[in-house]
Amino acid sequence: MDFLQPASWQEALELRAARPDAVPLAGGTDVMVELNFDRRRPGALLDLGRVPELRTWRTEDGCVRLGAGVPYARVIDELGKQLPGLAMAARTVGSPQIRIRGTVGGNLGSSSPAGDAHPPLLAAGAVVQAASAARGIREIPVAEFFTGVKRNALAPDELIGAVRVPVATGPQQFSKIGTRNAMVIAVSAFACALHPDRRAVGTGIGSVAPTPRRAADAEAFLAGELESAGLWESRGELPETLARAFAVRVAAAASPIDDVRGTAAYRLHSLSVMARRAVTWAWNDLREAA
Amino acid sequence: MRITTTVNGTEREVDDVWAGESLLYVLRERLGLPGAKNACEQGECGSCTVYLDGEPVCACLVAAGQANGRQVTTVEGLAEGERLHPVQEAFLETGAVQCGFCTPGLVVAAHDLLQRVSRPSDLEIREALAGNLCRCTGYEKILDAVRLAADRQAQG
Ligand SMILES: Cc1cc2nc3c(=O)[nH]c(=O)nc-3n(C[C@H](O)[C@H](O)[C@H](O)COP(=O)(O)OP(=O)(O)OC[C@H]3O[C@@H](n4cnc5c(N)ncnc54)[C@H](O)[C@@H]3O)c2cc1C
Ligand code: FES
Ligand code: FES
Repeated sequence: MDFLQPASWQEALELRAARPDAVPLAGGTDVMVELNFDRRRPGALLDLGRVPELRTWRTEDGCVRLGAGVPYARVIDELGKQLPGLAMAARTVGSPQIRIRGTVGGNLGSSSPAGDAHPPLLAAGAVVQAASAARGIREIPVAEFFTGVKRNALAPDELIGAVRVPVATGPQQFSKIGTRNAMVIAVSAFACALHPDRRAVGTGIGSVAPTPRRAADAEAFLAGELESAGLWESRGELPETLARAFAVRVAAAASPIDDVRGTAAYRLHSLSVMARRAVTWAWNDLREAA
Repeated sequence: MRITTTVNGTEREVDDVWAGESLLYVLRERLGLPGAKNACEQGECGSCTVYLDGEPVCACLVAAGQANGRQVTTVEGLAEGERLHPVQEAFLETGAVQCGFCTPGLVVAAHDLLQRVSRPSDLEIREALAGNLCRCTGYEKILDAVRLAADRQAQG
């Protein structure tokens, strides 16, 4: 096994193309577990930790361009205002040690249905910037990025450079069910984002389907109901019946399975409870801000 | 491959490192520093916690090559000669050590917390130690140890 350690993004992309047998390595919190347990023996590791661009973020055109190598700890410390949903999700990841090393790019790379960064990225309408030496940058909406259990739309010669996340224009929430507070893989997870500027609602659901996904019907339903009731303008209270009807539609977007972490029925139930509560919290935050 | 890493203030060179080897393996098996423990090798227990460039990480999840040219501090690097670090003293005095397997990782995690927050609340202590498992003590004595170390640190 070779250890490849590019010092620039260009070099990283060239090595990615030249070594299809290499596994990219960011914080290592997924990759090293697989190596330690002999579940994976790639021809090479492509360590991205020395590529400075990947570890930076900046704001451009109303979006945060978040380098793939920015660890959760920095998302929490530096981006709580701009990307509140992602920062909330980041706070629930693993433990302090895991959040210091683990990255959003690595979460996307693993594409686990339980990855905690995915629901808030879906709710915010984020775009993954994939790059290759041959074809340059390709933008993939995060809703099209996940193609199956732990599979994604990256081509073999591509790396994730960054994810572009629209800066929040309204409240965002993230909820996750697990067996305890620290160090849990989600049994089910829900994220929502209110976009009052365009009177839209964003959602993302995790651990309840083969891939993280949006609950698109629920989004359109709620935005429409808020519109026809004049609530976007009045900022009146969110009727409990509406929150419940929204939650039913969120659960309808799921297709969970039974596994060691929970049953399908529990996943559906917990998802709809989280959806109802989280959207109510978000709406109350919006009312308070008015 | 060869890696060169500054461990506890001294530059160390290690040859014939396998590309998939962890920093934990290098520390324990190649550098004779058995302080950081190997219990789970999957980031769950925190018994391998060391500082990498000043940040507490699970050494079992850091590839050795990623530590090349970096600074590593292990639990062995906290004491000054024979004089234990106040966090270590506090663990001993409060009975926070039983079998001791979790201790090195917890000492590093607690040391890191007290560097950042001089008077942590119980919630902050629990949060900071959430990545470290102990199967013996039930954690109460560990919380006592951190509170004691914080008190002494505050008194100078
Ligand atoms: C104890 C423990 C607890 C955990 N808890 C959680 C949790 O609560 N929630 C959660 O979501 N996850 C959790 N995880 C999983 C893991 O921490 C996350 O998935 C993390 O985001 C992975 O990031 P990383 O930088 O460590 O990725 P790595 O392990 O370095 O890489 C992960 C994958 O992404 C690929 N990759 C990395 N960077 C790129 C890139 N730039 N371009 C293309 N591919 C790339 C790698 O090849 C690999 O396939 C936990 C892991 C551990 C060990
Ligand atoms: S041995 Fe590294 S966390 Fe358990
Ligand atoms: S003292 Fe035995 S595991 Fe903590």
